[in-house]
Amino acid sequence: MGVQHIGDAIEVSALHKSFGKVHALRGIDFTVPRGSVLGMLGPNGAGKTTAVRVLTTLLRPDSGRVVIEGYDVVRDAAAVRRRIGLAGQATAIQLELTGRENLEIMGRLSHMPRGSVRGRAAELLVRFEIADAADRPAKTYSGGMQRRLDLAASLIAEPSVLFLDEPTTGLDPHGRLGMWEIIRELVGRGTTLLLTTQYLDEADELANTIVVVDRGEVIASGTPDQLKDQVGGDLLEFTVPDRARIDEAVQAVAGLSDAAPTVETESRRIKVAVGSHGSTALVEAVRRLDAAGVETEDLALHRPSLDDVFLAVTGHAAEASSNDRGHAHKSPSTGVPA
Amino acid sequence: MTVLAEPEITRSRPDASQMARWAISDALVMTRRNLLVWLRVPAYIVFTVVQPVIFVLLFRYVFGGAIAAPGSGGYVDYLMPGIIGQTAAFATFATAIALAQEATKGVIDRFRAMPMARSAVLAGRLIADSIRMLIVILVIIGVGYAVGFRFQNGVGGAVGMVLLAEAFGVTVCSVSAFVGLAIKDEESVQAFGLIWIFPLTFVSSAFVPIATMPGWLQVFANNQPVTLVINAMRAMALGGPQFPLNPALWESLVWLAGVLIVFVPLAVRSYRRVG
Repeated sequence: MGVQHIGDAIEVSALHKSFGKVHALRGIDFTVPRGSVLGMLGPNGAGKTTAVRVLTTLLRPDSGRVVIEGYDVVRDAAAVRRRIGLAGQATAIQLELTGRENLEIMGRLSHMPRGSVRGRAAELLVRFEIADAADRPAKTYSGGMQRRLDLAASLIAEPSVLFLDEPTTGLDPHGRLGMWEIIRELVGRGTTLLLTTQYLDEADELANTIVVVDRGEVIASGTPDQLKDQVGGDLLEFTVPDRARIDEAVQAVAGLSDAAPTVETESRRIKVAVGSHGSTALVEAVRRLDAAGVETEDLALHRPSLDDVFLAVTGHAAEASSNDRGHAHKSPSTGVPA
Repeated sequence: MTVLAEPEITRSRPDASQMARWAISDALVMTRRNLLVWLRVPAYIVFTVVQPVIFVLLFRYVFGGAIAAPGSGGYVDYLMPGIIGQTAAFATFATAIALAQEATKGVIDRFRAMPMARSAVLAGRLIADSIRMLIVILVIIGVGYAVGFRFQNGVGGAVGMVLLAEAFGVTVCSVSAFVGLAIKDEESVQAFGLIWIFPLTFVSSAFVPIATMPGWLQVFANNQPVTLVINAMRAMALGGPQFPLNPALWESLVWLAGVLIVFVPLAVRSYRRVG
């Protein structure tokens, strides 16, 4: 197998992996162009970690093929390992050792020339804002710092393809934002990145392409915008403070699109799916509601979130993400039709 | 598109001698890492060094008075090879626990996704643990000298005893490595994974002459490997007609070789299956 890859850093086709009777992966296909970010999105147990373990040579697939930078992960595992970096939910950081020692050990184990390890470690410590704590044991670091150190360790040998398995799971909001910034910067330097996440906003924020994985299968894929368009595009939403005038408001906006408005009676909230003509529909809605003399609050246009995508393609919510982060929201289809 | 410059070293497929050099240097890097961790954690040092020292003092001054020992040097001479053997066996608790932690925390996964030699995690662990074991053995011999122990059989005998203790410790390490990687749960490893070390070391000739045990227990004690190893260590340390070197030495070497042949492949297999 040569190094004649045209532009794809990762090619996955018909990948299967079972553990006894559990079919963790049932035929996954996707490609990741060089220098781009693929977000693999799915709830706990969807098969994301299994996929990453196969792609990083840790697990042999039952069938199917994975090629990383032109090398087959089964036949050329050693060549693949020289080109990839992996940072996971569990950090490989040895907490008793200092940040610098951790990086230098990882560099030596990556077979970097002894002379260049030191400089590279120092550079990463500065870049990941750990330089001040470089010579303190890693157990004195905050969670965010430990995660940054772990990421730095996976980058020590300048891998061309980086795998991040749920890089922000367990971090506080501040730590998450810091991680996002670092990931964006990495991608700016041309690293190909595959990241798994349960957080829909994270995939939205970082990925060029998203594959939605559920029960071992890719159930949807595309750019974040394409996926959102699949569930009906933009959504116009507003609240009618006066319960008695809800019907009038519904009549006023009914002609805005082919979709019938939905009403959540309890919250007096009205939603209209307006496809990709969001801005025109917004202006038109304001005009009509004004003409009808209906008072409204919180009139706004929403692009559907990836929560909506997940619900639409899987039939169930992305439980792990929306629930434990407290912004479970109702999708239009759960509202009471007008 | 960015063209990523690859380091020269990764471009061609490495040959066998390069692989061997990496295997050695990776094992040494892992050894250094493991020893650094040991030195950084006071609790580990206390557990590995202070505990055997307490055993020496306890048996020398508390229990020793009640134990009649064969040989000219009295109980302290009889005791020290036993304590050293037991220390080598107990030192492997740390092996099992460290490997179990690395397996569950995903550290081993991370190493396996790197270009480092597959053997380095286990080899580095065994080398570091035998170095640690040697340091502890030398400390205990020092403490033994302070409380009256003397080698009776020359420098050669003393060196032979330490080497056999090391070989014994490395052998028990291979079992512990297997247990740690197979069970993978730190608490379980501590609770029952290595519980067999206690009867093997205490129901042996390590602390008391076997003749003082009830008959049914003597059958076990006389024929189990720890007794054979400690008898051979004692023969090398003390010499003299009460402590014949053979057949204890060759029997214990056969035992150690047998255990290694079984457990090294088992440990390697469970290492491959981690995760």
